[in-house]
Amino acid sequence: MAGLATTFGSGAMTNAINEIEDAEVILVIGSNTTEAHPQVARRMLNAVDKGAKLIVIDPRRTRLAECATLHLALAPGTDIPLLNAMMRVILDESLADQLFIDMRTENFAALRAMLYRLDLAELEAVTGVLLEDIRRAAQLYARARRSVVCYCLGITQHICGTANVQSIANLAMLTGHVEKQFTGVDPLRGQNNVQGACDMGALPNVFPGYQAVDNRDYREKFERVWQTRLPAAPGLSLLDMTHSGACGPMRAMFIMGENPLRSDPSLDRVEETLTSLAFLAVSDIFLTETAAHAHVVFPAASFAEKTGTFTNTERRVQLVRQAIPPIGDCRTDADIIIALSGRLGYAMAYESTAEIMEEIALLAPIYAGIRHDRLRHSWGLQWPCWNTAHPGTPFLHKYYFTRGKGHFVPNDHLPPAELPCQDFPFLLNSGRIYHHYHTGSMTRQSALLNRECGEALLMIHPADAARLKVRGGDRLCMASRRGAVEIKAEITDQVAAGSVYTNFHFGETPINRLTIAAQDPVAQCPEFKVCAVRLEKL
Amino acid sequence: MRHVLTTCVYCGCGCGVYLREENGRVTGASPSRNHPVSRGNLCVKGWHLHDFIHSPKRLTTPLMRKNGELVPVSWDAALDYTAQELGRIGASTNGQGIGVLSSAKCTNEENFLLQKFSRAVLKTNNIDHCARL
Ligand code: SF4
Repeated sequence: MAGLATTFGSGAMTNAINEIEDAEVILVIGSNTTEAHPQVARRMLNAVDKGAKLIVIDPRRTRLAECATLHLALAPGTDIPLLNAMMRVILDESLADQLFIDMRTENFAALRAMLYRLDLAELEAVTGVLLEDIRRAAQLYARARRSVVCYCLGITQHICGTANVQSIANLAMLTGHVEKQFTGVDPLRGQNNVQGACDMGALPNVFPGYQAVDNRDYREKFERVWQTRLPAAPGLSLLDMTHSGACGPMRAMFIMGENPLRSDPSLDRVEETLTSLAFLAVSDIFLTETAAHAHVVFPAASFAEKTGTFTNTERRVQLVRQAIPPIGDCRTDADIIIALSGRLGYAMAYESTAEIMEEIALLAPIYAGIRHDRLRHSWGLQWPCWNTAHPGTPFLHKYYFTRGKGHFVPNDHLPPAELPCQDFPFLLNSGRIYHHYHTGSMTRQSALLNRECGEALLMIHPADAARLKVRGGDRLCMASRRGAVEIKAEITDQVAAGSVYTNFHFGETPINRLTIAAQDPVAQCPEFKVCAVRLEKL
Repeated sequence: MRHVLTTCVYCGCGCGVYLREENGRVTGASPSRNHPVSRGNLCVKGWHLHDFIHSPKRLTTPLMRKNGELVPVSWDAALDYTAQELGRIGASTNGQGIGVLSSAKCTNEENFLLQKFSRAVLKTNNIDHCARL
């Protein structure tokens, strides 16, 4: 979420989920909300029932797009030109919120200069969206008093992911649609506790509470509380580690509850890295593809067997309560870490997970007021929560941006790293579906969820299918420059001609063998959403 | 039979869910009526939240590789060997040769402990999770 951090100073959802219901205009971009965030989609549809206008920007005609007032089916990877075109229309028609821009933001002149250099007819051609529709979307969004933008991995999983997010922030600031109730910019976080894992500093460059490791004051605070010296240089990111290869710096890895051999792009490189390690330990609830490569595998307790907290996409910290003791000989990940730490000569003594939260509160100011007993008697607390009397913060940037003034960062179009060519004529897009979750290690265990949706399907447009003489249910070989998989075809006009779409939940069909390792230089988010492939009927 | 209020593990909406516990087994999941996100609703994943908990495929004992095969071992054996290897490789590479991956599926407390373990004990900032995937 680096993009929001540079513009607003904080990378979290600015609204509460329920506020979406009271928006007048909802702009959804790069998010298949009905499938990936069902409860957020429910609020959007409630808002539509109450008369709100819904604008969906997505290359596919998703279920949400079918309910939309306006669906802009842009060419994949052209989010920036589309957003720039909307902003240009807003300037041309004097719909910008000049007072907000003057009082609350900086660097507007640079954005304006960039927008005035653009040619709308050219942007229409690049995005494949009619200028008329772009104009209507811009007018709807800018004229309403309460407009919300929701975006998801469709925006961040591009080589220009950070620039995409900045462009969304530009649009919101240009029209003053931030820092008010029912109005804002909301990144929808994919997995249940992504927000919490970031908040807790499971990141190479920050301690808990987004305090930079290379800042001496922060580091000294942590050194004082933890009574030991800490490394100052930021570490390697996920893909720098899993893609470092046989000759890279990685000699040993400890992996807790992740399955990089299914979730990361360019799997052959991940496999090379993992098999060349001198030591690999994995803690998980199932023997995942990654665990099968390990030297040591720890059986972890599931969420039903432990106590702790998760933080949802609206920054709400909530309790997870133990329902049953760990099954078999399982232990919680906390117990495993504490046992290892003790053996390495660093004692971690906690009576309970509530005590761990007390240490978090001591060190991370945004969690300072959060305690397990407060959570027990409420529906959770939304951070920042500055002290034990603080009620939490339903919407961010209430009176000022976290970083002071909002900063405009103008961005130009950056085409995807790999576009279709003669040898690989189709554009492959991948994502999630309603019935399964991430690499499927949990949901695939459910007989019912598997019956509803038991294998990966490749969505192909009827015109392409006719040309390839493929019928629904036929098996295809799909190949990219990096690898090939076998997959069943589903014919549908939900995808545009020339594009195909599937999802990555299924171990038998490892789509990430095909995807590309190009990544966004700032947020280091891999470009999953776009790569070029070839199809052959089997 | 007990109903235990907890939080769904699947997506970032964070619905409030009651797990039904009978004789040490989780046998059902149902939404909380008053919870601000779930408001009496769950999606199909939430209604089947309990399905994987007692799956026969769950790992139930530590495993260690011997002669190329993963075989069951005691907790002490698995922990001792892991501590020894992480300590040895950490010391010889000054922490730089070690990588740690945390999880967006684990709790805040566990993520906190794992980054503390990486930084304070293994002396490396090579820690990340799949936020971006
Ligand atoms: S029940 Fe469905 S919508 Fe609610 S948190 Fe779980 S997965 Fe998300």
